[in-house]
Amino acid sequence: MIDGRERALAAFEQMVLIRRFEEKCAEVYSTGKIRGFLHLYIGEEAVAVGVMAALSADDNVVATYREHGHALARGLGPGSVMAEMYGKATGCSRGRGGSMHLFSTPHRFFGGHAIVGGGLPVAVGLALADSMLGHDRVTVCFFGDGAVDEGEFHESMNLAALWRLPVLFVCENNLYAMGTALERHESLTDLCVKPRAYGIPAENVDGMDLFAVEAAAQHAVSEVRRHRSPFFLEAKTYRFRAHSMYDAEAYRSREEVAEWAQKHDPIDLAAAQLERRGLLDPAARAAIEDRVRTAVQQACDEADAAPLEPVADLLRDVLTPEAR
Amino acid sequence: MTTLTYREAIRVALSTALDADPRVLLMGEDVGRYGGAYAVSKGLLERFGPERIRDTPLAESGFLGAGIGAALGGLRPIVEIMTVNFSLLALDQVVNNAATLRHMSGGQLSVPLVVRMATGGGRQLAAQHSHSLEGWYAHVPGIKVLAPATVQDAHDLLLAALADPDPVFLFEHQLLYPTEGELDEARGPARIGEALVRREGHDVSLITYGGSLGKALAAASELAAAGISAEVIDLRTLRPLDTDTVCASVTRTHRAVIIDEGWKTGSFSAEVAALLAERAFYELDAPIARVCSAEVPIPYAKHLEEAALPRVPAIVSATLELFGRG
Ligand SMILES: Cc1ncc(C[n+]2csc(CCOP(=O)(O)OP(=O)(O)O)c2C)c(N)n1
Ligand SMILES: [Mg+2]
Repeated sequence: MIDGRERALAAFEQMVLIRRFEEKCAEVYSTGKIRGFLHLYIGEEAVAVGVMAALSADDNVVATYREHGHALARGLGPGSVMAEMYGKATGCSRGRGGSMHLFSTPHRFFGGHAIVGGGLPVAVGLALADSMLGHDRVTVCFFGDGAVDEGEFHESMNLAALWRLPVLFVCENNLYAMGTALERHESLTDLCVKPRAYGIPAENVDGMDLFAVEAAAQHAVSEVRRHRSPFFLEAKTYRFRAHSMYDAEAYRSREEVAEWAQKHDPIDLAAAQLERRGLLDPAARAAIEDRVRTAVQQACDEADAAPLEPVADLLRDVLTPEAR
Repeated sequence: MTTLTYREAIRVALSTALDADPRVLLMGEDVGRYGGAYAVSKGLLERFGPERIRDTPLAESGFLGAGIGAALGGLRPIVEIMTVNFSLLALDQVVNNAATLRHMSGGQLSVPLVVRMATGGGRQLAAQHSHSLEGWYAHVPGIKVLAPATVQDAHDLLLAALADPDPVFLFEHQLLYPTEGELDEARGPARIGEALVRREGHDVSLITYGGSLGKALAAASELAAAGISAEVIDLRTLRPLDTDTVCASVTRTHRAVIIDEGWKTGSFSAEVAALLAERAFYELDAPIARVCSAEVPIPYAKHLEEAALPRVPAIVSATLELFGRG
């Protein structure tokens, strides 16, 4: 349980921020100010928020293209994330990355990877560096159930286990890889058996329950820190929106989506728990919504006003500039 | 100044780097206990231990990607891939991560990674161990591509790669490993992006790199006997290409023959030819010629392999043709 009223409420507020931020993104997308792929995390917020709550500022984070939530939960400013989606020079990747490639070295947020499975070897390497340089860090690597199909997943499990590297692998199992349901892309649908086959301890958790995720992540992170070896956490979750901005959703029924949204919305669940604990009342909830609305609007206003990167700087940062 | 082999020169550079910088490590399949598939790292495990001379599982994408992450995390990894054909399994990490992370992060990340691998044919290893794919790598912005052809360069270019803040790929032609030459260890890192004139001449420029340099020099000697003075350019770096040196040479000689073990179609030799067409067209007194591998997966049988690879007589006759003496 996220202890302390303030921490619990802050985590809750982050979930609300992610939700409203992304709803706003979807709205702005239709105006054309945001283009490209836009993979919404709506429905899965408890996973990123719960896991980030278990990290320290010095830990490393590697995420996927569905990473707005992770970036915000890690503390990147909504303004710099929104500006990135607008393709502006003030964006956290100077407009080079867009929605799928958010980076921030001050937050040790190493992207934003849009090759399914491609971030895992990089996370393994970050942990290798920490292990050899004697840093007490944990590297957390997020990926989807689809990434488990990839060879890079298996190579990374083996490397992390073989070399005993401090990586927390967080599999966000939302039951679909784009339009392919889990049982149509994995021969064994209990994903925890795969890391265990490499000797990596694995647990799963209800990814819709913020407090359960946070507790599981605390445990997982402490195991990684204590043994300086990998751990695998499967968060069972569900995406409420299309894979990217729009798809026909021919691969799942409206009823299925509606049922998840009604019964398992992570924000509703967390709110109910907080209310039961006497930490949240309608007035406090309204105040959170107000603050979030203002922050999101401000992010959009700033992004709107921000300058574009000059085209003269197109080739900047392909290579390190030569020292003069 | 000492005489040693190309593989020993690489080993000297590796040892120097490992001695000088505790962040340097060598990782790859069989680099440790086995001593390296081409015996480059022989003896290093004993000196530097298994953490820094790190045997990896057979997982090219996994360990090259781990090299990228380790570079991001503050190490100076040197990843060895046994052969360029196997590097294809890691191409995702090369093209999608190593080459992109700096730009995609708006300049926040830097990937000081060195990747070495054997390339080229000539040892009857057939079509899955003999190709020359460095030209593919040279296609990709965000990485640098080196091809040392001499003992001195094997050493100096590796040191240059290690001193570079960006991902650098070294392609070592497998026939070069046992070749001998002089090494002046004190010279220090070479300059990346600098081609060299290996033999001066005024009638024609033979432009080449890596495993084909020796063939070009041999052809130049034969041409001299036929009264043709050939200049031999060793590109050394395929990306960034030293366009000035190439164009300056052709401006002197007015003829160009490009020798490359890659195939012709869609190739690095085509890139050099296009460069000359764009930048030195009015200097040319004859069409640009190319001597490359035949358009075939490199075959096993000795006579077929020889027929598939660029050969000295082919370079000589392609050059003579430019003088109407074909
Ligand atoms: C190597 C690779 N193959 C295919 C794709 C196209 N693609 C993008 S997301 C995706 C599904 C991934 O599903 P999952 O890992 O479960 O993540 P989710 O989108 O559900 O969060 C696919 C097939 C890709 N980006 N990279
Ligand atoms: Mg999924």
